[in-house]
Amino acid sequence: MSDRPFPSLVAVRRLPNIWDLAAVAFVFGLIIAVVEIARHTWQPISAPEALAVSLDPGNLPNYALRTTMRMFAALAASLAFTFTYATAAAKSRRAGAVMIPILDILQSVPILGFLTFTVVFFMSLFPGRVLGLELAAVFAIFTSQAWNMAFSLYQSLKTVPRDLEEAARAFRLSAWQRFWRLEVPFGMPGLIWNTMMSMSGGWFFVTASEAISVGDNTWKLPGIGSYVALALERRDIVAVAYAIVVMLLVILAYDQLLFRPLVAWSAKFRFETISGAAARDPWMLRLLRRTYLLQMIGDGIANLFFRFSGLRISLWPSHRARERAPSRAGDAAWLTVLLAVIGIALWQIVTYMAAAIGWDDIVQALRLGCYTLARVAILMILATLVWVPIGVWLGLRPVWARRAQPVAQFLAAFPANLLFPPVVLAIVALDLNPDIWLTPLIILGTQWYILFNVIAGAAAFPSDLREAASNFRVQGGLWWRRVILPGIFPYYVTGAITASGGSWNASIVAETAAWGDTKISAHGLGAYIAAATEKGDMARVVLGVAVMSGFVVLFNRLLWRPLYAYATRRLTLD
Amino acid sequence: MDINVTSGELLRVEACRQAYPKESNLELIVLENVNLSLRAGEMVALLGRSGSGKSTLLRIIAGLLKPTAGRVLWRGQPLQGPAEGVAMVFQSFALFPWLTVCENVQLGLEAKGVPRAERERRAEQGIDLIGLGGFENAYPRELSGGMRQRVGFARALVVHPDLLLMDEPFSALDVLTAETLRTDLIDLWSEDKLPIKSVLMVTHNIEEAVLMCDRILVFSSNPGRVVNELRVNLPHPRNRLDPMFRKIVDDIYGLMTRREAPGRPLAPAAPGIATKLHPVGTNLIAGLLETLVGEPYNGRADLPALAETLQLELDELLPLGETLQLLRFAELEEGDIRITPAGRAYVAADIEDRKPLFAAALRANVPLISMIRQVLEERWNHRASAVRFQDELEDYMSPDYAEQTLRTAISWGRFAELFSYDEEAQQFSLEEVS
Repeated sequence: MSDRPFPSLVAVRRLPNIWDLAAVAFVFGLIIAVVEIARHTWQPISAPEALAVSLDPGNLPNYALRTTMRMFAALAASLAFTFTYATAAAKSRRAGAVMIPILDILQSVPILGFLTFTVVFFMSLFPGRVLGLELAAVFAIFTSQAWNMAFSLYQSLKTVPRDLEEAARAFRLSAWQRFWRLEVPFGMPGLIWNTMMSMSGGWFFVTASEAISVGDNTWKLPGIGSYVALALERRDIVAVAYAIVVMLLVILAYDQLLFRPLVAWSAKFRFETISGAAARDPWMLRLLRRTYLLQMIGDGIANLFFRFSGLRISLWPSHRARERAPSRAGDAAWLTVLLAVIGIALWQIVTYMAAAIGWDDIVQALRLGCYTLARVAILMILATLVWVPIGVWLGLRPVWARRAQPVAQFLAAFPANLLFPPVVLAIVALDLNPDIWLTPLIILGTQWYILFNVIAGAAAFPSDLREAASNFRVQGGLWWRRVILPGIFPYYVTGAITASGGSWNASIVAETAAWGDTKISAHGLGAYIAAATEKGDMARVVLGVAVMSGFVVLFNRLLWRPLYAYATRRLTLD
Repeated sequence: MDINVTSGELLRVEACRQAYPKESNLELIVLENVNLSLRAGEMVALLGRSGSGKSTLLRIIAGLLKPTAGRVLWRGQPLQGPAEGVAMVFQSFALFPWLTVCENVQLGLEAKGVPRAERERRAEQGIDLIGLGGFENAYPRELSGGMRQRVGFARALVVHPDLLLMDEPFSALDVLTAETLRTDLIDLWSEDKLPIKSVLMVTHNIEEAVLMCDRILVFSSNPGRVVNELRVNLPHPRNRLDPMFRKIVDDIYGLMTRREAPGRPLAPAAPGIATKLHPVGTNLIAGLLETLVGEPYNGRADLPALAETLQLELDELLPLGETLQLLRFAELEEGDIRITPAGRAYVAADIEDRKPLFAAALRANVPLISMIRQVLEERWNHRASAVRFQDELEDYMSPDYAEQTLRTAISWGRFAELFSYDEEAQQFSLEEVS
């Protein structure tokens, strides 16, 4: 422990400053808001004010707060899921063999289609209470956040440096201690980055999940999403504009208040002993570190956490227990059980589906899937043609790259579905062909992943290679072909994978649109799923989602995975 | 000035100056009034410490950078961007990882628009000449460092440049590999097998310069300029143990450790706190002092010999020696290093007693550290932000050096227990300081 400084010094240093006052106001405001919302959720659905949404812009701050609360509730659930699921998958070889492929599929399945059924389930848990609806909305958001976070932690757990692992074992840390002292800190930067990505994905769902209709019943939970839904019904474009502005502010706020500080803070867990060029701390982090009161609270929490994570709990009686060789017989038994479960599940699905749908349904779904595939492919190509040159131009100019990077990230975080109404309005007003003009909406929100990854790639392009190219007077087409395109390719693929996955998901929302009573719809699998959901036709939702998952998985396996493998094998330096 | 192209002069650098504008009205001067000329048939070394601006000069000559003032004449014409007939070999090899050896080598030819058949013929020639036959289809990552640099050489040679620029081409290689590459290159050069007219090489390795070059330009730093020029008239292949060779090496050590002539006008008069500190660890300081006191040096050592024994490059040994000089633990003179009584006292002390000695040396001789300590003592909360010191340093040096200097000050001050430092808050304080 440290030497005790002079008591007088401590007293002086702990005097509250102006920021402490702000901090106190902030903390109490937050507590009151949470309590208020919690009280609301316990109301019965039949209460008149429980589900009333009005277009009065004065309500928007309240709605924004409630929507944000749902986001964070889902985030907490995602973290809990991540820490349990990823850990179990990483620690047990047999569990991992099943859990990781499941995670992989869940990641590519457009969960949006299943919302209807989860609502029914959660409402039956709390009959007649708003809480059931709230939980359904939170669950919808959770399904958009959890998978990549769990993947990130799993990857980290699997790649903990061997020497640290050995050091932890040599000092006889218990499994619990090792988890919190070594494995979680090691996975922290990746986890925080993925959490940030998840938040962006979550916004997309939050707006879609607040206005819930099952069969003939429609409920609107107070929030920005239902505000927009109501504005669309009432054909109120001004209200839509209000919602967009509020949304911008909310995203800006949590980005600045939460994620910038978190990312900067997590840099200390990075496993590189060489310190890179450190960016200056974001203002919020500086504030936290300078505000004595917050620091004291933070120290207290850290202290508690430290004790909790330092407990000598271990699932395994001794450290040698894990070293034993896997037993063949155990593996065989495990495999048999798995095959049996899969067989039963398949049988269930086939019998259920066979009753409701025929071969023409499948053919139709496949045909519509091809339309959506064409849309996604064309848009990916267009977005690539537009954003790669721009991203390279920006990325090679450090001043511009620094400015453009946060803007692109911000745009990626913005729920693009809020921007749909103006476009839909234009299509209706100009009587355009929805099959063509609804298409750009698919990529509206996801193209930014391509942009900011290309910027990152160009900015990271080694300066000695640029000098060599310049020294040998490599210019024009040769420069693009031989120098910069291969250089940014790994980054581009990373961005394109995210963008293409997101586009498939977006098609469910983007291929149909409504403006008051006018409904327009494009031909595609997304519109098919949306229509089936609206009708409550479960078999066709399942079919649509299954076909879409099939397309996404094939797309990933046949195109992106090989490209990614090629990029990492051939195009990276070491 | 006489610009005579017919005398075989390839390159002339006239009154070159490179400066970076700063926020205050001061400029950061990297190169000041650099003049040099290069003729066909010469191999010339630019010898200097790291940070002396010699690599900047090389990039100006390559047309990769534009000088702030002065001009570069290439074959009598002012240089506009990367010139045809100039090729460069990089310290980091700068090979494109996605191109095979053969494609890398052909890159410059492709850029020149050489037809495919001719391109392949010349690439094959270059690859064979430099000893890369059999590796044509390998990717750079499959090659060892030495082989990678051979690709770098082949890539530069196949464009048949009149001038080959080399930026510390051997310093990223291990000792044995570097030596093999040097001798191979010198053999090819002295047998006139290389399709080039002259070579300009940047290096911080004195022996390398003497081993390879006909002319050595000694570069000094702050700001960078040519302070000496030596001719090396020894025939190739040169022998490192030849007394003549040793004498030239010793002379250059002497030149490079000579005290700056007093009264030399230093562009803006920098105050004491702006002394650049080398990132030298306290263990290294103690280690060198202990070595100096012990046998066979008994307090005085010849720098080249010391460098050889300790396996340190000039670039590593000189900053160390200068740090000892700064702390008055040792003195440098004419290529020798001599320990002072203070240095002896430091060696004689045990670990606990060394700290106060080190602290005293720092407070007396490193104005930046004594200033930090003084500010901390005066402040009511005994805390100070590191940013303000960094800003102050940046008025006199580049941000990189300011950061390096501050980091060094932090690590020395921590060791001496003059102050403590909180990395996260970037704050100095007197907590936990006795």
